[in-house]
Amino acid sequence: MTPLPPALVLLGVLAAGMVQFDGPRPSEPRSGYSFLTPELQNLQDDDFANPGMLWVEQGVALWDEAAGSSGQSCADCHGDAAQSMRGVAARYPTYSDEAGRVINLEQQINQCRTARQGAAALAYESEDLLGLTAFVANQSKGMPISVAVTGPIAESLKRGEAFFYERRGQLNLSCANCHEDNVGNHLRAEPISQGQTNGFPIYRALWQSMGSTHRMFAWCNEAVRAEPYAAGSQEYVDLELYERWRSQGLSVETPAIRR
Amino acid sequence: MPNTRIRVPKTAKAGDIIEIRAIIQHPMENGFRTTSQGTPIPVDIVTDFACSYDGVEVFRVRLEPGLSANPYFSFYLKATKSGPVSFWWQDQHGEVTEASEELEVT
Repeated sequence: MTPLPPALVLLGVLAAGMVQFDGPRPSEPRSGYSFLTPELQNLQDDDFANPGMLWVEQGVALWDEAAGSSGQSCADCHGDAAQSMRGVAARYPTYSDEAGRVINLEQQINQCRTARQGAAALAYESEDLLGLTAFVANQSKGMPISVAVTGPIAESLKRGEAFFYERRGQLNLSCANCHEDNVGNHLRAEPISQGQTNGFPIYRALWQSMGSTHRMFAWCNEAVRAEPYAAGSQEYVDLELYERWRSQGLSVETPAIRR
Repeated sequence: MPNTRIRVPKTAKAGDIIEIRAIIQHPMENGFRTTSQGTPIPVDIVTDFACSYDGVEVFRVRLEPGLSANPYFSFYLKATKSGPVSFWWQDQHGEVTEASEELEVT
């Protein structure tokens, strides 16, 4: 292999500096809400009856609770979540200088806990982490999702996109085979949605509890008989980011009700 | 203690029909499910729910394993006098959860 001419190398470096993920979105985003029955839509809209609000309330309590060796609570730094956390969930996952990679909201919460509060990271899918995530995401309710697409985030988006279109599992299906090619069709009695993630963490009727985006990914992967990745794995964070990019402009609905 | 949410109007006129709502966070495990290892998950449910208005019981339910998680009740009450509207849940192990809200009747 001959070395590249310096001009080409320079071009490459420049391109890497300005790299941006900006393909056309496959379709007009449509929230999972629009695929629900009117009864479930009413349940989601009812701030009292919506069971997801139970987890949001857990988050309210945790927000003010001192944790770790610092003896500080979330509120000690961030103050009133209604102001400081407004819009935060709409731009996650995003690149973290501290982690050196793209991280999601759950991981950001845990980063704050370990690095600032001196507390142990909360286990993925634990009630506490679901509660805090739901509470923080709930502060952005109604705001349009808008993730950054430049720099290292573009790399992550590309990996997420590849994951979305890659066939996997014994059924040999990609995410796109259902959530792009067959949106609106039915899998038995269930209408197939676009797989948008604007309502996560969600209260899922099937689970009778709250679940994170990654639990849903794992569930979907198992449904096509593929080995799921671990919750919090970079593969799923990349996919989560790509999903959020597809949801661009949809309102945050956390805590949403889904089937 | 399980997380609960209750809603009672702060004030009402005498004779008004008011809506009361209560929800408790509970898995309501029905006893028919197994873990991924095949071990049966034992029944774990809330068995009783009651509501009293100014010391008098106005609503009582016995719950069975067929109910969904996080049981939610909504019912109506005729406001007659000011007093506490108290809620009481008991699970199968006898653990009691209580919540209460003052209703002011004008």
